[in-house]
Amino acid sequence: MKEIELFPKTGNFAENKDVARELRINEIIPALKNHQVVILDFNKVDSATQSFLHALISDIIRKEGYEIIDRLNFKNCNDTIKKLITIVTDYMQEEEPTV
Amino acid sequence: MKIHLPNSAFLGNIDPFLDSIDIDDNSSLEITFNEKWVSVHPIVLCMISALWLSTKNKSNLKIQTLETKSKNYFERIGLFKILGYDSGINIVEHDPSGRFIPITIIKNSDELNNFIKDMIPLLHQEPEQVNPIKYVISELVRNVFEHSKSNSGAIISAQYYKKSNTIRIGVVDNGIGIKEAISKSYNIESDIDAIKMALTPGITGTTTNIGGTEFNAGAGLFFIKSIAKVNRDFFVMYSGDAMYKLLRTPVKKKKIILYSDPFNDRCSKKEKLPYWQGTAVGIDICLDKHQIFDQLLDLIKKTYRKNIKEKKKKRFKKPRFI
Repeated sequence: MKEIELFPKTGNFAENKDVARELRINEIIPALKNHQVVILDFNKVDSATQSFLHALISDIIRKEGYEIIDRLNFKNCNDTIKKLITIVTDYMQEEEPTV
Repeated sequence: MKIHLPNSAFLGNIDPFLDSIDIDDNSSLEITFNEKWVSVHPIVLCMISALWLSTKNKSNLKIQTLETKSKNYFERIGLFKILGYDSGINIVEHDPSGRFIPITIIKNSDELNNFIKDMIPLLHQEPEQVNPIKYVISELVRNVFEHSKSNSGAIISAQYYKKSNTIRIGVVDNGIGIKEAISKSYNIESDIDAIKMALTPGITGTTTNIGGTEFNAGAGLFFIKSIAKVNRDFFVMYSGDAMYKLLRTPVKKKKIILYSDPFNDRCSKKEKLPYWQGTAVGIDICLDKHQIFDQLLDLIKKTYRKNIKEKKKKRFKKPRFI
């Protein structure tokens, strides 16, 4: 299991998509490839943009398939962040599969 | 280029101002003002700044001598500073807290991060009111970075109006414009069609794939228009020769419906305006009737889902019965 704290990288407003991409490529994907469960800890993160969350997780869902969502856990999310994450995971599951 | 600042130009009555801009010759810039009083939306000030940045000969700036009280305001909001113009005004700088965010040019992610951090205390608002403002600014400025190819970055300004308890925000660039950005993935005939596509959820200039790419979902502008819609405020987008304006939803209309097609909203559209090289966006956010952001997200989720389903359905192959 790998736990990733977002606050030290994003501050209380998670909006920087470059940071999201770095987290995805350097921390989330390697852990998932290593068959670990990833916990994204949003402690102290008050708000986020849909674009940030899209940059953080959408490509993982697109490439690894919907089942990967079972190995991505989101911790300490407030209601707004929960809803934004759900929007992203929902539309990624409704997306056309890429060939 | 010639620009005349009228007595009043806010999102509701911005059309005559846009019609009046003379953008043809970018070798010089001439700015004139209504002689009695000028009160304008931050988008207007950002547009003037953008025109100045695209003026070829910087020594060709002509500004009408200002006799109005507004000259102090222009000085304080940073218009003359951007123009490199010595207004001769000697004013005591007040703390801008709670009133305005001076015209600022943001060129990269770090500058945006710092801008958002510095901006929050200036607004003196509760977190639930600040969140949509931060959201709008982050998404609009990142759009400039990612799609506009503007060399001069994003030009932003905001002003708080106490009487209406409204924050008015302008974000402007002089990049490639929406039509060229969207045309990378879609065949687009006109600037107004490009604006329509840009405001439709799930459409991004970076791909034709529903759901976007690893970096873009094509949802940012739809979210922003939705924030304005839910709060019954104005939202304006001007690019190329076209302008889209989301009109205020009347209070008597109790239920707010978000549409994935922006033309289904109560809106006005204009074409054949003076050609704006780049994109100018203005939004008002009234803090009185501020809708809880969470409720907005529920509506967005519903609309976004419906739109993707409709788009996928359109691509379904139909059996041919002969």
